[in-house]
Amino acid sequence: MANKLNISINGFPVEIAKGKTILEAADEQGIKIPTLCYHKDLCVAGNCRVCVVEVVGQNRLSAACATPVEEGMEILTNSLKVRNSRKHIIELLLAEHNADCTKCYRNGNCELQELASEYKIMTQDFLELVPLKNYTIDMFSPSIIKDDSKCIRCQRCVRTCAELQGVNALTVAHKGDKMKITTFFEKAMRDVVCTNCGQCVNHCPTGALVEKNYIEEVWEAIANPNKHVVVQTAPAVRVGLGEELGLEPGSRVTGQMVAALKRLGFDSVLDTDFTADLTIMEEGTELLTRLKKALVDKDESVSLPMATSCSPGWIKYIEHMYPEHLEHLSTCKSPQQMFGALVKTYYAKARNLEPENIISVSIMPCTAKKFEAYRPEMHDSGYRDVDYVLTTRELAILIKQAGLDFNKLKPVKYDRLMGESTGAAVIFGATGGVMEAALRTAYEIVTGREVPFKNLDITPVRGMEGVREASVKIENPLKEWAFLDGIELKCAIAHGLVNAKTVMDSVKSGKADYHFIEFMACPGGCLGGGGQPIPTNPEIRRKRAEAIYTEDSELALRKSHENPEVQKLYRDFLKEPLGEVSHHLLHTKYTKRERY
Amino acid sequence: MANSYQLKRVDFIFRNENDWEKVLSTTIKKKPQELINELISSELKGRGGAGFPTGLKWKLTSEAKAEKKYVICNADEGEPGTFKDREILSKVPYKVLTAMAVCGYVTGAKEGFIYLRGEYKFLEEELNKEIAEFEYYCKEINLDFKIKVFMGSGAYICGEETALMESLEGKRGEPRNKPPFPTQAGFKGSPTVINNVETLVHTFTIFKYGAKKFYDLGVQYSRGTKLFSVSGDTPKPGIYELELGMSLQDFVYEFGDGDTKAVQVGGASGFLVPRKKFKDAAIGFKGKLTGISLPTGGSMMLFNSSRSMFNVLDNYLEFFREECCGQCTPCRVGCQQLLLGIKAVKRGDKPASYLDKLLRLTETMQLTAKCGLGQSVANSFSSIVENFREEMIY
Repeated sequence: MANKLNISINGFPVEIAKGKTILEAADEQGIKIPTLCYHKDLCVAGNCRVCVVEVVGQNRLSAACATPVEEGMEILTNSLKVRNSRKHIIELLLAEHNADCTKCYRNGNCELQELASEYKIMTQDFLELVPLKNYTIDMFSPSIIKDDSKCIRCQRCVRTCAELQGVNALTVAHKGDKMKITTFFEKAMRDVVCTNCGQCVNHCPTGALVEKNYIEEVWEAIANPNKHVVVQTAPAVRVGLGEELGLEPGSRVTGQMVAALKRLGFDSVLDTDFTADLTIMEEGTELLTRLKKALVDKDESVSLPMATSCSPGWIKYIEHMYPEHLEHLSTCKSPQQMFGALVKTYYAKARNLEPENIISVSIMPCTAKKFEAYRPEMHDSGYRDVDYVLTTRELAILIKQAGLDFNKLKPVKYDRLMGESTGAAVIFGATGGVMEAALRTAYEIVTGREVPFKNLDITPVRGMEGVREASVKIENPLKEWAFLDGIELKCAIAHGLVNAKTVMDSVKSGKADYHFIEFMACPGGCLGGGGQPIPTNPEIRRKRAEAIYTEDSELALRKSHENPEVQKLYRDFLKEPLGEVSHHLLHTKYTKRERY
Repeated sequence: MANSYQLKRVDFIFRNENDWEKVLSTTIKKKPQELINELISSELKGRGGAGFPTGLKWKLTSEAKAEKKYVICNADEGEPGTFKDREILSKVPYKVLTAMAVCGYVTGAKEGFIYLRGEYKFLEEELNKEIAEFEYYCKEINLDFKIKVFMGSGAYICGEETALMESLEGKRGEPRNKPPFPTQAGFKGSPTVINNVETLVHTFTIFKYGAKKFYDLGVQYSRGTKLFSVSGDTPKPGIYELELGMSLQDFVYEFGDGDTKAVQVGGASGFLVPRKKFKDAAIGFKGKLTGISLPTGGSMMLFNSSRSMFNVLDNYLEFFREECCGQCTPCRVGCQQLLLGIKAVKRGDKPASYLDKLLRLTETMQLTAKCGLGQSVANSFSSIVENFREEMIY
């Protein structure tokens, strides 16, 4: 019993494991203590103070999130003292908060609003502070809008940006009443190191940080009879969308989502997974080419390890933080941008459409994709390749606005031409997925055999460890790949930019002997993306990952090179991976950026 | 009335004996446990204002198991109306350095920091010279202890011990959650003794003259002497070393201008005592004494009848609104509400009863604020509003 503590909560004796906080102990007992600054992904701050509880015998109240349980503690979570104080604190937060809830993007999904409703704060006795401060809204970024008037200074965004992402774009400045969350020299978000990953948005309890939405623009495009509106959906959206529409985390809603998109009026509902498969063909070939150049031609200008380039948050991160290492990046565009470039060329031609009459919309689990679509180099079709990027959350808003009862929709399939995909593409949505998909294809190209893993499940690259390493030994390759015989292909996977930093530092120091590294900006990969439903936490991300892998295992085709539409695309249009058309439409270059 | 006069001036702190080498070398010949017992039996309590038993602090740190330990001298003297540490550091710095080294010896710390208030930049050069001389002597007697001066940047909150450590680590000066306390996890997560400048000097006195000499001064629960920074409406402002336990009445006899309306004890975060309560108030730590006991970091501000208590409070609240770190809700928003609230009442925008709402708010601040700053705003607010309510309204 040495590891157990005897305490009482609200008069009832309970036994609690040592090392738990009061918040955790109460949660175990089914007692909810309200929190705001607390988040399971982040370190404890203890600054909002709404979780205060009474410990009998102590003069002051204790923050439940920050106070470890001790033997004999008598904890009161709902005494009059606690209630009155908690109510005061909520009132204070509201006095400082732009509580114009009906005009707020987070109306209905706001932790402060929820608390105010729970405690029935019906009057505002304290003086309104918002009108006294000259708040301006930062809406210059194509991805994120920052509205300080709604900020409750919980610093969840600051901790997210530092602990999960290692970016530190958002920090605390000034003190006292002037204390605020801001950027370096209080510049606009678009002008600082911000990677647009949107994790701050995902972790913000209120509407202080939200995505820039393009809902009205998309409705207008759909309503325009002269426009052919094409929509693509990213792999991770299908395992997240359900949460926004009342389903449990981990619900797979691919078919219903497609049905909904059709009912919303999109002219063609296609799949980013198609270009995920295409990415594997291009990126896999690029990797093998680099290996050949390095190993056979002894070409020292070839940069290894090669790093994936699907995650636009990661791209902007490396551009800012390791601008001297951009040559490690695969030149492949992300699946979204490959898709955009093909829609206004290949697809337009096949469908006999004028590219200028096509509006290309993508549904992404991501806010950085909005920035990516906005990059000046993403116009290779001659037009803006992707016109509007919506997050998973925005799609849910469209569905709700259209009055669709999501659960009553019968699942349907994606439209043809760029709607076919394999399991390898689906797992792009999880950390390690791009690696696994690449290995499934590259190994088979090289050896003519399937990867030596049961059911094609390359389990060593799966999981939620921040940095993972794996290796595959190449034996008995086909003749043209003989130079790879006996080579141990070394891979690493990093998700969350703070882990990307760990790996990049070892690349930078020359210690890393990997051949191929997968980087994803967000924790858990795209399924934990900044555009996914709020809330997020390790448990929710685990369930979404399970859903992704189940989706993969249930598909007939699970290797990118087996995608018949991709094969057709090469036959009819691209000719070969890394060919001239590919080079023009599917590959890109990167920009050196400064930190300050 | 004169027969009740009990104010006892003492002269320990600034007594200039130039024997610190001897004190240091003889002290560190004793066992750490012996020195801790000496401190505990002296009943010395922290002189920064909070009054934690110094001996216990050293004991806890010495018992903590860690590779590295630190000693920090808190010289971020920022409480309005306090100006004693500056004087100590310019007149008898070697006493502070000696005490820090002894603390290092007792606890096992090899490094010490003096966190010097940003506005005391002018002391830095002289202090560094003293440290160089001091470290030279330490080397001679084979005492491994280094001291560095670290300049604060002007934030009041950095006087709070954990905010100070954050600042010392190069971070933003924001108070930490407690527990853990610095004795377990302080600077860089290592066990740390953090003492006020004056506290350290008292340990010097105790090690030199013995605990009894110190213990015999003062009263029960409030032993020894204390430096007082006397300011405001007084004919003799300045720094005085006095025995603890004196009644405020006696203090006012000595320092008042004959028209003292109230005394603010303990700076902006302390209490205001109105004339009618002078007799019942004693300066010292809370104990079983009857009447009001007033702990203080040494700030004694006297106000005569020409002063508006509304202005006094307004000034304190303005100070807090600006100087709170801003991280925790009750303190950040509370300070703004208190300041704007009393102005609104004064203007007539809010009814007089709003003061009661604000008083309840200060209770919440006291109960829930993350650190001592937010918890203590209630002290001056409630003592001023309750005693001078009329001045708040009209």
